Amino acid sequence: MRAFQILIDGFAISALYALGATGFTLIFGVSGVLNLSHGAIMVAAAVAAWAAASILNVGTYAGALIGVAVALLAAFATYFAVVKPIQDSRRIPNEEKEIFVLTGTLLWGIMIQELIAYFFTNNAKTVLPIVEGVVDVLGVRTPKNEIFTAIVCCLVIALLWLLVNRTRTGKAVLAASMNPRGVTLLGLELTNIYIVVWAIYGILAGIAGVLLGMFLGVSSYSVGPLTASAFSIVVLGGLGSVSGSLIAAFVVGYLETLTAYLVSPAYRTIPALLLLVFVMYIRPQGLLGRR
Amino acid sequence: MNKALSGALRSAFGAAATGALLAALSPAFAADPIKIGVIAEAQAIAGASIPQAAQLAADEINASGGIDGRKIEIISYDNHSSSADSVRAFQRAVNEDKVNAVIASYISEVVLALEPWASRLKTPFVTPGAASNEISKSVHADYEKNKYTFHGYLTSAALALSVCDGAKDLLVDKMHMKTAVIMSEDAAWTKPLDVGYEECLPKIGLKVLDHIRFSPDTTDFTPIFNKIEGSKPDVIITGISHVGVQPTVQWKNQQVPIPMFGISSQATNETFGKDTNQAAEGVLYQGVSGPGVAVTPKSVPFAENFKKKFGNYPSYAGYTAYDEVYYIADAVKRAGSTDADKLVAALETTDWEGTIGRVQFYGKDDPFTHSIKYGKGLITGLMLQWQDGKQSAVWPKDVAKVDVKFPSFIKLSN
Repeated sequence: MRAFQILIDGFAISALYALGATGFTLIFGVSGVLNLSHGAIMVAAAVAAWAAASILNVGTYAGALIGVAVALLAAFATYFAVVKPIQDSRRIPNEEKEIFVLTGTLLWGIMIQELIAYFFTNNAKTVLPIVEGVVDVLGVRTPKNEIFTAIVCCLVIALLWLLVNRTRTGKAVLAASMNPRGVTLLGLELTNIYIVVWAIYGILAGIAGVLLGMFLGVSSYSVGPLTASAFSIVVLGGLGSVSGSLIAAFVVGYLETLTAYLVSPAYRTIPALLLLVFVMYIRPQGLLGRR
Repeated sequence: MNKALSGALRSAFGAAATGALLAALSPAFAADPIKIGVIAEAQAIAGASIPQAAQLAADEINASGGIDGRKIEIISYDNHSSSADSVRAFQRAVNEDKVNAVIASYISEVVLALEPWASRLKTPFVTPGAASNEISKSVHADYEKNKYTFHGYLTSAALALSVCDGAKDLLVDKMHMKTAVIMSEDAAWTKPLDVGYEECLPKIGLKVLDHIRFSPDTTDFTPIFNKIEGSKPDVIITGISHVGVQPTVQWKNQQVPIPMFGISSQATNETFGKDTNQAAEGVLYQGVSGPGVAVTPKSVPFAENFKKKFGNYPSYAGYTAYDEVYYIADAVKRAGSTDADKLVAALETTDWEGTIGRVQFYGKDDPFTHSIKYGKGLITGLMLQWQDGKQSAVWPKDVAKVDVKFPSFIKLSN
């Protein structure tokens, strides 16, 4: 009974982590950017979906779409207002650009977080679930929304896989992650590829944010922990490796769920962080990292 | 006379004339204003009502002529829910803005950080919403030093009593409940609350089966509800303030079949319904006042005026902050001075009918020195329930408007 409970709960949370971390790792893989405003973009999506549905009364579906659209806009804003100016700058030496991007996106995330707290308070918000009610799965009373979350996450990740491996645009993205210089030699504009990747990232982060808002709820305080969890999943899986991140998301998700059920919800995140430290010792490139 | 000079003279005369006109139109405020500093959590729903309610009270007092011709001036500071920011704001309020008294915060950790500063800077200080017993216990322990602090809200011990009094009538006598699990967040205010619960629940006939304290950072409450369900209690007795939306929504989404009853500070806010997408339906919470509840003749007019001005009903700390401005003003009037020690002496003899009941403070010899008195005829608190998207009083009988009812997923065991 309890085993099934852990299995089901762990799956939903892991799938959500996987979705959140995939976009994060994709951007790093392709453009070498560690986007520390990730959590803020997810929270912005959830709060926008909540505000659209509860204040503007546009309905659940339209609210969810607005949430994803806001994340897409926020992703583009992050790229054009923060990342690109730093990458293009002649005054910042190339070897320092990564640290500038890191600082820039971190500050950008804090700005978004404070704006959300200012306009919508720092109390938690929850997005009205698209499907309500509960069903009995293996004797466990499971909210339908939890199943819905898991299914959407898996579908979106599958779509992403198809996009990357089966379409021309996707192959260009893949190529850029392997050898950016080679891609430009083939006559592809690297900036265009970056825009595509940031668009994919925005949509993924948006969907993850809205689903998280439906499943657990978010507040402006969630920004830091969300960025940190995506970051540790991605580092555990191997920076830039999408499949590594997927595996790491499930490892972290289940480890947290097991701890919460068997030890105490208060220590939920600790074992996963210890594992991260341990992996850093014995395999610094992460589970499936290439470097 | 050159042109520029005459122009300057003319505008100076103009300004003087306008000033005289304004002075003639508004009540005459001869002396310096009485300054009250308000330090609160502008970004949290419970805290946001504090400066708003204080301003509303000040406006009302000023409109009727002020205190002995002195205007009340509210100077507010956003503390970003941080103790460090609050201490800086307190220092600034006293040293630079020269306030005569301070109203601050609904968070116990913040108030406990400010208490020594009230002592050092010898400035009367009242909290509208923090609950920890330690606030008034420190006043008792070192009265001469800490006498500047007043606890303008119920202590955790009194809150536990209030919840138990309500639970006795509603849960034990009416619904024949026998068992409970305590679920509270890990914070300064819940430590004495839990002690109070552990003591009074068995006395009213509710056996405590389990006691779960969780981190206020918790986002997924599934394992907690799961554990609670495992011990099959009749009711969950809550002690939550920093969290509220998330456990409530997850309680509803997971259809946890056990009612929640107790302290749930966020549920005292009118916006809680929207924030939870109406998952709050059926939640029972303790309050000191509520929309439409005539605890005293002042309660309803205040709540309605507040809503007219700010668009929503005040949080619990709004009611107390509003009362505090009034009884500080009253104390200044009785003391005939804003001198800190005279003001403290006057505050100690406060007997003020506010929006939450009759406010008096425990004296020097009581263990909870300077905390507001709990009891019949003073402040008893009430139990309210979210019903049909609204907050309705269900206890005590004299203010109750409706009977307790639960959403369909709640399975009462008796």
